[in-house]
Amino acid sequence: MASQSDPHGSAFSAAELEFLAEDEMVEIVPNMTMDTLNLICGDFGPFRPQIATQVPLWLAVALKKRGKCTIRPPEWMSVEKLTQVLEAERDSERFFQPLPFHYVEISRLLFDHARDDIPEVYMVRSLIEDIKDVRFHKIGTGLEIISERTHALKLKNLSAMEVNIVRPFVVRALQTFYKLDSPEMIQESDRRANRRPQAPDHGPRRQLRTGR
Amino acid sequence: MDSGSAEGSGFSAMEDYESLIATTDAELLKRSWRNEKAAPEILQFETSLVQRSREQIQLMEETLEEFTRSGIDPLIVSLYQMDVDRTLFLLRSYLRTRLQKIEKHMFHVQKTTELWNRLSRQEQKFAKRSVEDIEQHFEQSVLSKLPDRYKSHLKQSIISEEDDMVPEPPLDTFVICRSKSFLGSFQLDDSGEEKPVDLEADDLYALRYMSIKPLVQSGQIDLV
Repeated sequence: MASQSDPHGSAFSAAELEFLAEDEMVEIVPNMTMDTLNLICGDFGPFRPQIATQVPLWLAVALKKRGKCTIRPPEWMSVEKLTQVLEAERDSERFFQPLPFHYVEISRLLFDHARDDIPEVYMVRSLIEDIKDVRFHKIGTGLEIISERTHALKLKNLSAMEVNIVRPFVVRALQTFYKLDSPEMIQESDRRANRRPQAPDHGPRRQLRTGR
Repeated sequence: MDSGSAEGSGFSAMEDYESLIATTDAELLKRSWRNEKAAPEILQFETSLVQRSREQIQLMEETLEEFTRSGIDPLIVSLYQMDVDRTLFLLRSYLRTRLQKIEKHMFHVQKTTELWNRLSRQEQKFAKRSVEDIEQHFEQSVLSKLPDRYKSHLKQSIISEEDDMVPEPPLDTFVICRSKSFLGSFQLDDSGEEKPVDLEADDLYALRYMSIKPLVQSGQIDLV
């Protein structure tokens, strides 16, 4: 299962984001009969042939792998919808189209495990790739607005994966500007500057030299 | 900062109630896990949630054994097993994230009452033993060989006014968060110099952790 992420880098690893995305609901059409599943994460089913039902993505993928269902791709994953989204993304330099928070992970999971259930899968895939690229480019130029006056940043409609990728940069940039701006920082450097000349009195330098 | 939490306090009670009736423990655990992973400092231990999750996992594991004995369809067994595995992963990762934070800032956690009280009893035990071990290790490997005035594991030397060798969590850092409801205009800085920011429902913001800390604690804002 998902591995632990590096505490110093992004808050979440790619595998952990996928784990979260696997809880998103999708519609499946079972081809078998199975009673309701009373799981810790909720009750799902009952499953009857040809009767559509909502389940979390991980459950859908597990059933699909065993050939027990087909997955209905979400509405936003149609060529028509995605073409609209791509156009709108290209038309606006600053605004991002609302897509599911986990659109990257959901589409990847479906491409990996349910290709045959997605109509025009090559087209859908290339549209999502294009949307991803356009959005990333916009995020890149959008982040140039960070300056010493930026104390908050609104990331409207960004997705989980996009947020996770820009997180280290955004956090460090904002933090650096904040520190440079804060009066404590100025005091701090004053205090350090004052303290330094006293240092030889306590002899750390000599210690270091003899140590060598 | 106070104004932020005061404004929202009426909201929070209602929200709590709503989330209590609408949210499963699995959702709550996921939220606590995300918050814990994204917050720079250690958060309040979710005693009853962890207790309930443990019981649910145990119950499911017993059910699973029964299933296997009574020869239920292996497909169904495997689906239940996946569900248990997912919950187990969340719980383990939650506890482990906390232990990593404790290890990283053990001296600070130990001497700060507010933080110390956020730990579970087992975590306090862990922190205490870690502190003892590290103290002993520092003492044996380095400190005992230094001149008297450099012997403290908390201070650079005896003239230090503060415990300047104790790493503290970076509360000044920025976090990415999402508010569950419209929180109105929100004062980011205590200085009053900054323009207030409108926190709208479901939008993502990168904000300074210190300024939204009360909202994270009251559950009005989720870290992402």
